[in-house]
Amino acid sequence: MDLDYSPQERAFQADLRDFLAEHLPRDIAAKVTARREVSKDDMERWHAILNARGWLAGSWPKAFGGEGWGPIEQHVFEEECCLAGAPRIVPFGVKMLGPVLMQFGTPEQQADLLPRILDGTDWWCQGYSEPGAGSDLASLKTRADRDGDHYVINGQKTWTTLGQYANRIFCLVRTKVDGKPQEGISFVLVDLDSPGIEMRPIRLIEGGYEVNEVFFTDVRVPVANLVGAENEGWTIAKFLLGHERTNIAGVGFSVQALEQVKSLARQITRNGRPLIQNTLFAARLARIEAELDAMKITNLRMLARAAQGGRLGAEPSMLKIKGTEIRQAINDLARRALGPAAAPFPSEDLDGNLSIAPEGHAHDAASYFNNRKISIYGGSNEIQRNILAKGMMAR
Amino acid sequence: MSDDRRMLAETLRRYLSEQYGWDHRLRVAYQAPFHDPEKWAGMADLGLFHALVGEDRGGMGGSGFDIAVIFEEIGRALCPEPVLGAVMAARLLSATGTPLTALLSGETRYAVAIGELDAPYDLDGIACRADRTGDGWRLTGRKSVVYGGGVADRLLVAARANGQIALFDLAAAEADLHPYAMIDGGPAAEVLLEDTPATPILPAAQAALSDALDWGALALSAEALGAMEATSAALIDYLGTRKQFGQPIGTFQALQHRAVDLTIDIEQARSIVILAASAMGTPVQAKRVAQAKHLVGRVARKLAEEAIQMHGGIAMTWEYPVSHYAKRLVMIDHQLGDSDHHLGRLIETLQTA
Repeated sequence: MDLDYSPQERAFQADLRDFLAEHLPRDIAAKVTARREVSKDDMERWHAILNARGWLAGSWPKAFGGEGWGPIEQHVFEEECCLAGAPRIVPFGVKMLGPVLMQFGTPEQQADLLPRILDGTDWWCQGYSEPGAGSDLASLKTRADRDGDHYVINGQKTWTTLGQYANRIFCLVRTKVDGKPQEGISFVLVDLDSPGIEMRPIRLIEGGYEVNEVFFTDVRVPVANLVGAENEGWTIAKFLLGHERTNIAGVGFSVQALEQVKSLARQITRNGRPLIQNTLFAARLARIEAELDAMKITNLRMLARAAQGGRLGAEPSMLKIKGTEIRQAINDLARRALGPAAAPFPSEDLDGNLSIAPEGHAHDAASYFNNRKISIYGGSNEIQRNILAKGMMAR
Repeated sequence: MSDDRRMLAETLRRYLSEQYGWDHRLRVAYQAPFHDPEKWAGMADLGLFHALVGEDRGGMGGSGFDIAVIFEEIGRALCPEPVLGAVMAARLLSATGTPLTALLSGETRYAVAIGELDAPYDLDGIACRADRTGDGWRLTGRKSVVYGGGVADRLLVAARANGQIALFDLAAAEADLHPYAMIDGGPAAEVLLEDTPATPILPAAQAALSDALDWGALALSAEALGAMEATSAALIDYLGTRKQFGQPIGTFQALQHRAVDLTIDIEQARSIVILAASAMGTPVQAKRVAQAKHLVGRVARKLAEEAIQMHGGIAMTWEYPVSHYAKRLVMIDHQLGDSDHHLGRLIETLQTA
């Protein structure tokens, strides 16, 4: 196989680099590379810049306002954005609901909702997980009972990422209690300003707020907000999880983070010598770099197969396991490299003159802790291993 | 274990669970001054500081096992009080013959300032300078991430004087102190010294400082052991009660085997801490401590990561205690020499043997 991009793909890559150099706001990139919190305003600004160029939803078909990118172009786009320090595109509208509406939505839903995703009118969030149903989605309990031309929703969702910024939520709800648990689930769209909804922030391990609990008490939702057929939600959920895993290897994040650790290890000295000359530390770096270089090719091989129209079976699960393990190992190295300088609880008091960690690294320990989530969410790595094992043993 | 020691451990455990409950701990650990002076005094009343010091110096303990049992309880309760400074200061002050009365009563809080940004664990790289002036000595330099520094009354500072590493004593108020909380809770500080007057208490302090670092590393290893026991108990309880796919997740063999491996690791960690505690004051002290801090550092991080993973999202939340235990377990490796640093010491002993 070809280990390099085609001439067209390389030309696209060059365009992207020029675009990012010219249009990615420096202040936002500085926050991203220092792993500081990116504000709602930052994300909206970046979305608008991409949308103006037609690249916010490049993988959407041209008919819906996209560029019709295939898997390789999508990958090039994501990698270049990561390397430049662009914030991640908030996935809930563009990557998740958009494709669902194109596949399962009515023409009215498509015409109404897709443009609002692109122009930033709607900020969607996801209502899948529940306190008793994390990776085991089939056991979800949030009820939607039919009452005339409305559903009445009662229950609780959790781990709703960036829900504090959203005006709408797409939810998996139970519309039938008897029969197989997967067969009574529906996919509905809910306005977050509906009476009976309460959103409560969840504080995370490192002290930040990015996820929420959402409580539904007798929330009335028009039946027109159902996507697909009633009780067909499981099919949509599976379709969507497949989409969620397309960039789950996160190669771009890892490449960017590893370069930062390498430069940190050259910058930090221990008793007069750069840390990178410490054999034990250098060995850890070298080991991870070999894994990451292999991962790039594993990812490209799987993308090439997808681009040629091959069915992706177990590949997304493999990419998720290996990709998250590598990213976490890099976060671990960054934290280790700092030694005691990793210890302070990040606060404004420590910025500026009193910075203890080298510039841009004050949040390395916090982001190590925060990124323990990546092997848990989107179907934990244990679930991915079960999927792989099932596939292997079935042969 | 002697009866006295067992009694002290039990008393301390009861005190911490009754007086230093979880909500209190969280508040204290992250709100200035990041410790609770009242509870510090309460711990002194229990005889905690007397247990850190031998009878010849006015205390009632001072063995490796005394330090280990106390710190195991501190770790189990995730107590952020800066007792580590007292352990290390007691060793240093004993080496100089300074009276320990104020340390033993808990009245004076000490912090030990050795590490610097470029030389966090090693005495060799110390750049902080001591200069003789007409009326005494003055220190210039920066001591970084000084544990307990923000709440200390007195500082013991290692500095370079006349070509060797010497030890100085000064009132904390004399230094330019910048206190902050650690990411796993509890107080630390940057200590900026610029022509700061200080009293020399030990001119050739290399050996005494190495010894104090060993005792500190033993204390931290034992603290990690207590925190590991608490974390592992929470994990096993969770595996037995949390249901997914219609059954407790603890019935899945993939998780069972990982939980068993962690239990074996913790037993190994306990053994190496016992070995180190028994070696204190003997010729193999340095090697045993390096083995303990290295092994504990590895096992603690693994347990922290596995406990979060096997709990799932709940252990990612501030509200659930395991997240705070996990932070402490990982960050203990950043104090007084990480796993690689102590592995490096062990490699040297192999190569020079």
